Amino acid sequence: MTRVLMLLLAAVLFSGPAHAGIDDAINNFTAPIATVIGQIVFFKITIAGAELPLVVLWLVAGAVFFTFYMGFVNIRGFGHAIRLVRGDYADPDSAGEVSHFQALATAVSGTVGIGNIGGVAVAVTVGGAGATFWLIVAGFLGMSTKFVECTLGVKYRNENPDASVSGGPMYYLRQGLSERGMPGFGKFMGTLYAIGIFVGALGIGNMFQSNQAYVQLNNVAGGALDGYGWLVGLILACIVFSVIIGGIKSIASVTEKIVPFMAVFYCVFALIVIMMNGSAIPQAIANIFTGAFTGEGVAGGALGALIIGFQRAVFSNEAGIGSASIAHAAVRTDEPVTEGYVSLLEPFIDTIVICTITALVIGTSQVADPNFAGDATGIAMTSAAFERQLSWFPIPLAFAGLLFAFSTMISWSYYGLKGWTYLFGEGEMGQNGYKVLYCLFVVLGCVVQLGPILDISDALVFLICVPNILGLYFLAPIVKREMQSYMARLESGEIKSFRH
Amino acid sequence: MDNVVLLAVDGSAGSDRALDHALKRAKTAGSKLVIAFVIEWSPYTFNTPEENAQRHERREAEIDRANEMVVAPALARVTGEGIEAEGVVRHGQPAETLIRLARDHNAAQIVIGRRGQGGLKSLIFGSVAGNLIQTAPVPVVVVP
Repeated sequence: MTRVLMLLLAAVLFSGPAHAGIDDAINNFTAPIATVIGQIVFFKITIAGAELPLVVLWLVAGAVFFTFYMGFVNIRGFGHAIRLVRGDYADPDSAGEVSHFQALATAVSGTVGIGNIGGVAVAVTVGGAGATFWLIVAGFLGMSTKFVECTLGVKYRNENPDASVSGGPMYYLRQGLSERGMPGFGKFMGTLYAIGIFVGALGIGNMFQSNQAYVQLNNVAGGALDGYGWLVGLILACIVFSVIIGGIKSIASVTEKIVPFMAVFYCVFALIVIMMNGSAIPQAIANIFTGAFTGEGVAGGALGALIIGFQRAVFSNEAGIGSASIAHAAVRTDEPVTEGYVSLLEPFIDTIVICTITALVIGTSQVADPNFAGDATGIAMTSAAFERQLSWFPIPLAFAGLLFAFSTMISWSYYGLKGWTYLFGEGEMGQNGYKVLYCLFVVLGCVVQLGPILDISDALVFLICVPNILGLYFLAPIVKREMQSYMARLESGEIKSFRH
Repeated sequence: MDNVVLLAVDGSAGSDRALDHALKRAKTAGSKLVIAFVIEWSPYTFNTPEENAQRHERREAEIDRANEMVVAPALARVTGEGIEAEGVVRHGQPAETLIRLARDHNAAQIVIGRRGQGGLKSLIFGSVAGNLIQTAPVPVVVVP
């Protein structure tokens, strides 16, 4: 192992710019493909000068519908969600099964990725401060979508012969729609989703993550890694490889345990930076509100800000994409709807708390010094905002970014794999093939520039949400029935708290 | 209160000594024994999706192992001596779970073996017997 590292190091030190060409070559090859895919998925209609990608409209419409249809479960179910996570309703006899807390923590680890650090900066750069407002609104509405998809994820999960469980949109689409008398349609949708998730996992959960992790590493290294994206990618891919193929579970377990602390660490220091920018806070908040409705300086005005905000919110909290319901499906409960309530908290933590904090760090820095970041975007911009006040912070930020990226990559490799096994069965060969491909995309992510990566990731992710949300419309009445019956029994005292 | 004694076992030497003691007491007082094995577990840990997916089978395996290795042999020995007994295996925080079991079974007493760990170790890991003494609603016998 040491010898390999030495060789790699030697390669870096002595090869010089010759290898920088590798990055360029791959980049030149991939960029046009990304543009084409992006154009197809983000088919835009132009309203009042703003370009509205249909797929964003699709997600927003879904989230608004589920919010109303479920009677604002995102507000009314919030308190109950917290009690469930605290374990108030956990039957001591089933202790030892996956708890609500554990399912939530796992799902949150998967969603809190580098998008919370870098994606928000992209939103603010393109959509102005006002995008933050719409980001929060999207997070709030997304809570209802999550509620629906995670309830279904538990209700229609599949128990494998080895007693492990598989769940997620492909399963609820197939079984749920078949229950509603549309078995053929359900099968088709399940397959479509499974294809979407295993291809999409390569984008949102993989390339975007490794790309931003590399950018920040290079950033703190003072540009010393310019042109060596392939090398950083290769190292990252090796670690991912060792976990998902080599079965070195300890790396994944350790990451899972550190990520929550990193998230808290990140939020605490973000709040400190916001406080240090104290005098800029009122103006930054005012900018968010005025920007949301005037869209000053943003292409497409207020509507432009709204679109960007929604796009980045969904990209971050994954509501409507259905991925989290794969993670939530592991919970064993007689009441699937309880997992729906718990999952409400996910967009709340991810988008309303963490993304907003990041947005405020950037926003207050912009007020204090409009040109603080130069022309940096993504995570480099967030890093610059922290650096203005805490000069040492980019280094722990790079570390946090790496960890977030890594845990998201691990979670998504699992989501993607579930899509794969749904389609092709549990065969060892196929699974390993998928995993190798997954690792290759980690490298690719570090090499290609952010623009094309975002195009590809966004495109792939949004492709998945089409079958998912369409299915959710059909299945929403089932969820509503479950919710009403559960709530009635909760109020009548039939479902009791175990906390005395 | 019923004449029930809750015996905490974990397969250690200390738990064997506790079993000896509980057996003697049950014989003289004609009590029933509830032999409990608590598998240390917390609902507030962070796991990978894969760990969660396999949790159910793991749990079953853990319970089976605890039963097989510790609870069943103890039960066999106790019932062999003509004492009424039942075995339970639970996941949870040990002291808390034992207290709940004591309540559920209306136990008059909890018997537990001492691990005998030193100051630093018990400072870091805590001591189940110590916790029990502080929080149990019934008398606790700690067997050295």
